[in-house]
Amino acid sequence: MKNRWLFFLQLGFTLLVCAFLIVPVILSILAGLTVNYLVGLESGLTLRWVMEVWNGYRSTIFLSIGISLACLALTLVIGIPAAYVLAKRQTALTRAIEELLVMPVAVPGLATALALIVSYGGLPGFRTSWLFILVGHVLFTLPFMVRSVLAVLSAIDLQTLEEGAASLGATFWQRFFHVVLPNCRTGILAGSLMVVTLSMGEFNMTWLLHTPLTKTLPVGLADAYASLRLEIGSAYTLVFFLMIMPLLLALQAFAKPRTPKFVAEETE
Amino acid sequence: MTETTKPLAIALENCAKTFADGTKALEPLDMTINAGETIVFLGPSGCGKTTTLRIIAGLETPDTGGKVLFDGIDVTHLPIEQRNVGMVFQSYALFPNMTVAENIGYGLKIRRTPEAQIRARVAEMLAMMRIEKLADRRIDQLSGGQRQRVALARAIAVRPRALLLDEPLTALDAKLRDTLRLEIDSLLRSLQITAIYVTHDQAEAMALGDRIVVMDHGRVAQVGKPRDIYQRPATRFVAEFIGTMNRLSGVVRDGVFACRAGELAWDTAHGNATEVLFRPEDIRIAESQEASGLQGTVAAAFFLGDRTRLFVDVGEAQPLVIESTARRDFSHGETVRLAIDPRGLLVL
Ligand SMILES: Nc1ncnc2c1ncn2[C@@H]1O[C@H](COP(=O)(O)OP(=O)(O)OP(=O)(O)O)[C@@H](O)[C@H]1O
Ligand SMILES: [Mg+2]
Repeated sequence: MKNRWLFFLQLGFTLLVCAFLIVPVILSILAGLTVNYLVGLESGLTLRWVMEVWNGYRSTIFLSIGISLACLALTLVIGIPAAYVLAKRQTALTRAIEELLVMPVAVPGLATALALIVSYGGLPGFRTSWLFILVGHVLFTLPFMVRSVLAVLSAIDLQTLEEGAASLGATFWQRFFHVVLPNCRTGILAGSLMVVTLSMGEFNMTWLLHTPLTKTLPVGLADAYASLRLEIGSAYTLVFFLMIMPLLLALQAFAKPRTPKFVAEETE
Repeated sequence: MTETTKPLAIALENCAKTFADGTKALEPLDMTINAGETIVFLGPSGCGKTTTLRIIAGLETPDTGGKVLFDGIDVTHLPIEQRNVGMVFQSYALFPNMTVAENIGYGLKIRRTPEAQIRARVAEMLAMMRIEKLADRRIDQLSGGQRQRVALARAIAVRPRALLLDEPLTALDAKLRDTLRLEIDSLLRSLQITAIYVTHDQAEAMALGDRIVVMDHGRVAQVGKPRDIYQRPATRFVAEFIGTMNRLSGVVRDGVFACRAGELAWDTAHGNATEVLFRPEDIRIAESQEASGLQGTVAAAFFLGDRTRLFVDVGEAQPLVIESTARRDFSHGETVRLAIDPRGLLVL
């Protein structure tokens, strides 16, 4: 049967692609657990490298999680109102702002980081604080939040919904919290997922912005790969993996859109 | 029905509206809407019906000098959330994040009504609209007709002082529109609420309105009872926008109106005229022995069962439309003699 062949061909191709993506992950995890990677698995399995990473780099992991959550909080607080205003007022100014917002994504991270250092690097206490990195991350991730919320807001008839609520007596804030926010839930969750992942993995900008006391996870990882044994770098990846997976899975579960059921017109 | 709020009288004084882009949507308008009446704003697309409704609702403010009065009190600058008017939108504007019951109860929740009372009122509304089974559905699981019922229930649940409806039936198919029109009619009568209904469908306007306001290019062309508007249109625009109008052009001489089709007895009280208008029901095919000064040829005949719709060519640009109940067939090209009821003649 021709169909059967086609099926196996597709299955084979899919498995091949999966293998291509998954094998390095498995190898890397194994490398982090082997006593000596050059000798191979027969040298035995150990948690030594993982413990070493945990003891040496724990702070970078917590700093990264902290920064990404703070970054999420800020982009929510700034991004949602910004998207709301952009959706409601379609003027030349708001369109210009929308374009400007993408700049930090288009411009290389290194350039943004340099600009930040030149502008604010002299402020005592700020340069050495984790807040300095946070500012860079917010600049970089804000457009992702604004865009995904804006996309949802533009797809619903926001003005009529708000007018409907107003006609029932709802004030501006009641309309915002009861009608606007719940209806852009999917956009907010998709945006949050982006912001957290991007902030967690950001390297370009962070590498310039960091100080020895404010090392984030990716910067620490680069350190480990560059200056220590391969096993430690790999163990680091493993720890990173274990930390971030539950977070991403939880966000993903929230962001799942409802599927509307079709209902036939009912005539009596 | 447990509606206790007294119906509201609404007055518009000198209300004009010019939009930011310079569009003059409404010429200065004066209008009184009596407590408890159903008034229908009727007119072609873009004539300013929605704009007028939105000014009454408080979603737009009239140009300076315009005033909106509710029971004599100036509410021009009161925002919609403080006017307590119910609104039904063409696109329904139901909240997708709430169930049917939550939608209907929303206005009461905003008013901090106790939970038990909200539940009772929502149940009452669901029963009134015969949608009890839908209480826990989400909005995206409803059909168009069901959504319209929920929108009505939501607007009425808070016992508004007036109900404003902007083309509520336009998005529905013809059959459902008829059913819901009847429902809305009996609803408005039983509630005895002041209702303002916007539509461009003249049949809907005739059926629902205690009074009709015909609008044209931001102006009021005529205000009156449906029958007055139909039988005594004030302008050519009204005459032609509502129902079918026949037209004969000619001159008045020696006590008759002479046109290409022949002569028509003329009452001098009408004065002079170069054109007369009349409805299809005011003209008929003359009996064989009857005297008649008008004749024409049948251009088309459609048998509709209870009557035959005839298009009769009388040498004018438009053939006359005649609804004949005669028990006979008409053939194309046949010459027919016509009789016009003089009471139906209009000179505008
Ligand atoms: N926000 C606005 N800005 C500029 N012009 C507007 C605005 N709203 C309406 N108009 C214009 O004002 C005029 C009247 O509009 P309105 O919506 O009142 O018409 P309508 O009678 O309700 O028509 P329809 O039957 O098509 O709904 C139209 O020419 C319209 O283009
Ligand atoms: Mg309109």
